[in-house]
Amino acid sequence: MDNTKKIDDVNQYIVISMGDEQFGIDIRYIDNIVKMQHITRVPNVAPYIKGVINLRGEVLPVMSLRLKMGMENDVETKASRIIILRLEQLGMLGIIVDEVKEVLTLDEEDMEKTTSSNGKEEKDSFVFAVGKYGESLVSLLDLNTVVSFD
Amino acid sequence: MDVSQYLEIFIDETKEHLQSLNTQILELEQNPENMDTINEVFRAAHSLKGMAGTMGYKRMQTLTHDMENVFSEVRNGHIKVNASMIDCLFQCLDALEEYLATIQETGDEGTNDNEMLIKDLNAMLTGEKTEEAAAPPAPPKAATDVSKEKWRSIPLGEAENHVISEAVKQGKNVIGLTVYVQESCILKAARAFLVFKALEELGEIIISNPSAQDIEDEKFDFDFSIIMVTDCSVEKALAAANKVSEIREVCGALITPGGTEAVEPVKGTQETVAAEAPAAAKKVEPKPAAKEPKKENKAVEKKGKPVVNRTVRVDIEKLDVLMNLVSELIIAKNSLVSATNIEGATNAGVNEQIEYLESVTTNLHESVMKVRMVPIESVVNKFPRMIRDLQKKLGKKMELYMSGEETELDRTVVDEIGDPLMHLLRNSADHGLESAEVRRERGKPEVGSIFLNAYQEGNNVVIEVRDDGNGIDVAAVRQKAIERGTITEEQAEYMSEKEIIDLLFLPSFSTAKIVSDVSGRGVGLDVVRSKIQALSGEVEVKSKLGVGSTWIIRLPLTLAIIQALMVDVGGEKYAISLGAIDTIEDISPDDIKLVQSKEVITLRGSVIPLVRLNEVLGIESTKDSSEDLIAVIVKKGDKQAGLIIDDLMGQQEIVIKSLGKYINKSKEISGATILGDGEVALILDTNALL
Repeated sequence: MDNTKKIDDVNQYIVISMGDEQFGIDIRYIDNIVKMQHITRVPNVAPYIKGVINLRGEVLPVMSLRLKMGMENDVETKASRIIILRLEQLGMLGIIVDEVKEVLTLDEEDMEKTTSSNGKEEKDSFVFAVGKYGESLVSLLDLNTVVSFD
Repeated sequence: MDVSQYLEIFIDETKEHLQSLNTQILELEQNPENMDTINEVFRAAHSLKGMAGTMGYKRMQTLTHDMENVFSEVRNGHIKVNASMIDCLFQCLDALEEYLATIQETGDEGTNDNEMLIKDLNAMLTGEKTEEAAAPPAPPKAATDVSKEKWRSIPLGEAENHVISEAVKQGKNVIGLTVYVQESCILKAARAFLVFKALEELGEIIISNPSAQDIEDEKFDFDFSIIMVTDCSVEKALAAANKVSEIREVCGALITPGGTEAVEPVKGTQETVAAEAPAAAKKVEPKPAAKEPKKENKAVEKKGKPVVNRTVRVDIEKLDVLMNLVSELIIAKNSLVSATNIEGATNAGVNEQIEYLESVTTNLHESVMKVRMVPIESVVNKFPRMIRDLQKKLGKKMELYMSGEETELDRTVVDEIGDPLMHLLRNSADHGLESAEVRRERGKPEVGSIFLNAYQEGNNVVIEVRDDGNGIDVAAVRQKAIERGTITEEQAEYMSEKEIIDLLFLPSFSTAKIVSDVSGRGVGLDVVRSKIQALSGEVEVKSKLGVGSTWIIRLPLTLAIIQALMVDVGGEKYAISLGAIDTIEDISPDDIKLVQSKEVITLRGSVIPLVRLNEVLGIESTKDSSEDLIAVIVKKGDKQAGLIIDDLMGQQEIVIKSLGKYINKSKEISGATILGDGEVALILDTNALL
């Protein structure tokens, strides 16, 4: 009983950096993390949809987390990665991040839910909670909002 | 018994039997005397009953059992097929389909007993029977039929004569019977046994000819005679024997010991008992009507009996897996081809092997595609029944003519095409065809015609639904569109007839003046279009007011792998399905003319609009504007367009992949494919560009 409770309470997040901020993505939704590769542009779609890639024979859409959250466009570096998400309704989807740092385990106590009223910036609407990350903080992303259409 | 593992087979086979019943009963309605059809119907009902019983679906079993009874009586000629019976039978089929649907959803047959139907069926049995029994159509005198009453010639021994006279003294009835088994009967001995059993319940069988042993060994033609002692009347004995299925006829009469002493046991060959009360000898009509078609059908059966297909049922998912593997193989082959091209391999052996691999993968692909192909028959089969029902519901006379049922399409397409076709047929029946009076006034035959034609055209399969009805009243559609605010009056001014007709495909646009439960809620045509577009097909309509309309559905033959032309637009690679391409032309910028501020070229007498792909796709062309242009001329029906590209890259077999649910808003792109180098190229939807 105690064991199951622990697993429920403990959440693991992949910490990514975007600009000078850290964000966390729930590890349960992540299928894979791949290096940057050639992205085929798809014409006449929302600007944050960068195009499609070939992942082991499957064609997957890739979106820019930066553009979606109203940040500046991606600059491809050696650290750039595509995180492949597996979503219940939309299937597989890749999101581009600046850098993947580590896996972070957070207890319920280490997390603090954000309220919608303190969202000053556009990107804050994608964050559902803030967790402790060493000396600094990590914004935990609400994936449903991230992948929703405008 | 755990039968769940058989559930799928049960559902599949039940569907087949129901379809067969639908078709056969329709046939029976046209040709009520056709013994062949009746037999077929009987067999299907019988198998259904057996299957439902095995699976433990009691209600289904009861219903099919009662249906079988009716068919059995029809088959034995006791009752005749009539319109109300056909209606009732169709209702039974609907009820069975309902059971099946419930089973498919829940694994259980539900609780609907369909008592009314069962009552109707039984009423048919008893009602018709008593009617016939009450008024036997002037039974021919027994005397004229002595030759049929073979029991009269049973050789009686001393013992038998003794028993007979004893029985008579005790006031019992001695009855002679001759039973004729149907010639189509397979298990004669079993039927005879059942007759014996039925009669033994009523009394004692004294003697039979041939002997009981011979009958058991099936050593008789199609008749046997019995003399029995019983307390019951002749009628009761006859009825008991007649109840056994596959008995064609039973005749018999009371034997009076016309003088036991007159019968000389030594001679023993001639029974000289006189038949008493010939009127009581119930003669089952020898059914002259039924006999004739039987002969004719036997001839048909010989040549027309469907050859049993040597088939194996395969789960479509297994085929999907196989198909995916073939796709992988083709991608791997493409990579191999591009790898050797890059390295400039001069090794002739490698090229030879690659060519060999190519031919193997192509053949493999074709075979797998063929396995997935099924005739559209399975879908269109249900339409004659539907039209029949519509005919009653709408009170219009109409006839459905179908052709090309054998045309094959990918299984996934066939599964999806039923609903759109049904919508179109209903549409034709309801909106298209006029009422009989109007048709008469217009000098058309009273019975309206609806045609369903399917055929293959290049890489496409075309399905046409045509009617000789009223056609689309473009003015009325235009009026309606303005009323509804779909278009403004100014817009309407400039819209061509075709564009107006296209409005019909918009959601919730119906011109039917009366909303019926057949169609007219305006949910039909937009559903038809979206369903067909989802199958990468298209639908168009041609119509002439007063003459009729033709709805044309075009569907791609294959969904997964196509031959495509790879082109370069602004440095990006795109694929165009080879099936859509007419020609490729080099054109000089000077040849381009402007018509209504749109670019066109004249090619072999026809004016073709140009589409600059780089503009549509939002990318800079890599070509100078003064250079000659390359135009890929694509077609859709009788429409053409020239797609301006930057460069040709060659032909390739490509595997179509979906772009995923996340990007389905790009309407110029129908899908993606993976090239030999692992890069993704997009497939242009030429239909959207036209």
